[in-house]
Amino acid sequence: MTIRTDAAARTNQESSPPTRRRKRPGARSLRGERSTAAWMISPAVVLFVLFLVIPILLAFGLAFTNTRLISPRPGEFIGFDNFTYLFTDPLFWASVRNTLYFAVVVVPVQAGSALVLALLVNAKVRGTNFFRTVYFLPVVTSMVVVSLLWRFMYQKDGLINQFLSAVTFGNFTPIDWLNDPAWAMPAIMVMSIWQGVAFHMVIWLAGLQTIPAELYEASEIDGASKWQQFLFVTWPGLRQTRTLILITITIAAFSLFTQIAVMTEGGPLDSTTTVVFQAVRVGYQQLQTGYASAISLVFFVMVLAVSVVQRYLTREKN
Amino acid sequence: MTRQSDAVRPVSAPTRRLTAPALITLARSALVLVFALPIVFMLVSSLKPDLQIFSDLGSWRAFAPVGEITMDNYTGVFGRVPFWQFLANSIFIASTTVVLGIAINSMAAFALARLRWKGRGLVLGLILATLIVPFETLALPLLWWVNKLPSLEIEGFSLAFTQGWLNTYQVQIIPFIANAFSVYLFYQYFSSIPKELDEAARVDGASWFSIYRRIVMPLSGPAIATVAILTFLPAWNSYLWPLMVIQDEGLRPLMIGLQYFFQLNVSWGQVMAYASLITIPVVALFIAFQKSFINSIASSGVKG
Repeated sequence: MTIRTDAAARTNQESSPPTRRRKRPGARSLRGERSTAAWMISPAVVLFVLFLVIPILLAFGLAFTNTRLISPRPGEFIGFDNFTYLFTDPLFWASVRNTLYFAVVVVPVQAGSALVLALLVNAKVRGTNFFRTVYFLPVVTSMVVVSLLWRFMYQKDGLINQFLSAVTFGNFTPIDWLNDPAWAMPAIMVMSIWQGVAFHMVIWLAGLQTIPAELYEASEIDGASKWQQFLFVTWPGLRQTRTLILITITIAAFSLFTQIAVMTEGGPLDSTTTVVFQAVRVGYQQLQTGYASAISLVFFVMVLAVSVVQRYLTREKN
Repeated sequence: MTRQSDAVRPVSAPTRRLTAPALITLARSALVLVFALPIVFMLVSSLKPDLQIFSDLGSWRAFAPVGEITMDNYTGVFGRVPFWQFLANSIFIASTTVVLGIAINSMAAFALARLRWKGRGLVLGLILATLIVPFETLALPLLWWVNKLPSLEIEGFSLAFTQGWLNTYQVQIIPFIANAFSVYLFYQYFSSIPKELDEAARVDGASWFSIYRRIVMPLSGPAIATVAILTFLPAWNSYLWPLMVIQDEGLRPLMIGLQYFFQLNVSWGQVMAYASLITIPVVALFIAFQKSFINSIASSGVKG
């Protein structure tokens, strides 16, 4: 790339008007580029360092102290105390379990449903834009609004129970969804999928549209059924999209917070406490920055580990 | 060929082909109900008094603006919450974040994509590496950190340095301006703009910055739109961060305002009204610009 630019510049200058001095693009113009690059990129770099790099370093550092958010005394180094407390805290393990529970269900269900939706929307039947737009409405609605709306709908005498009652002709005993430790998390799962599925539908759609039509035509000539077409043309063609979608849904699922804060505050009986919610509760409500940093660190390692494993499992198998 | 495989299948092929579009439309329409009805319910309930909301729940009336339609919930909202203040805050915070973000991130991407300098690859790699780190990992250390940053306050005729960025506008904006994903999107887009344009301008003596300003940026409309949308939505919907850093009522954004409705007796009609007020502007924008919205998300997903 650089070589090409140099050659092009040289050609330009050699054929430029005679009044211009012949000049090899040498140290001077490169210096000019470097100084321009420096000031153009510096605001972003300064902001990244201040608000991304430093907090990451702080997470590593503060996790080994007992620093509090507001305190007359600065924090003291306490070694691995935060971590030993963390790993023996049943509430922490509950939060890990809940987070994994949510992720293990939501990732395949949301990714799969999004694909089904994308195939439906992509079908050569009129009305694609309309349906795509309507399905996307929950995505542009803020999660806070969605959480409140569904909190209202999940009430014992709320819309969801009324609907289920109507559909089963009255054979359904209403469940107090958000106050039942067994049902609170599944209820939040359903709501989260409802809100987010169209986002990933759009990404699947983009992926579907990169598959060349000739492949479908060729397979039709070979007598492939629709299902075979899906298996041998569509599915392989979606590999890259698949990887991207899996990773983004997984990271988003692990970061579950807003719905919990608005709907259940971690309850009932800590059945909806997630790792991030626990970190916020500890670091913000209880002002224990050091301990919260330890949780944040563990969270980061979890996310990293899962991303790496996913990347490995979906790698190009030559 | 196709005939032959059709003959093998038990279902008569012509009938299947006729009803496939109908089935698809049926499935699509059922799904429309799934996605649209809750939102319709929200909008419709905001126009009903609480008692009627509950009595309508058992039937189709929950989704219809029938019965006693009133704007009482909305007047209640304006009485209970400084709505216009919150709205102004949200608009200010989100737009500032977006505008500054576009400027700063595109400049950085330009330096990475168009200029030659040592360490360029390394910096790009580092920036992209930060994409793995979810915001929630940083939120708590960042909270502690912004509390330590010096802040300038102007009182009367004196300037004073105080500590801590809590309860300010800047704490809601500045940490979110530099965005690795925006840099990435601009970088990808700039890389697709022919370098010959740069060369020609350089021959004419243009500075790199004016190449950025007069050539590259004007050609980057789609990238700017994508970045604008993908940074506006999270900024507008921001909840965790303002919750933690803003106690001052005058500085709160819209999302935090919802807490006010749960402090005394909960009037769900008012909650629905507030929720509708927050949702309608964004939905209207979305419907108006839906092609842009959806293309933005799609293009951000199909990586090169």
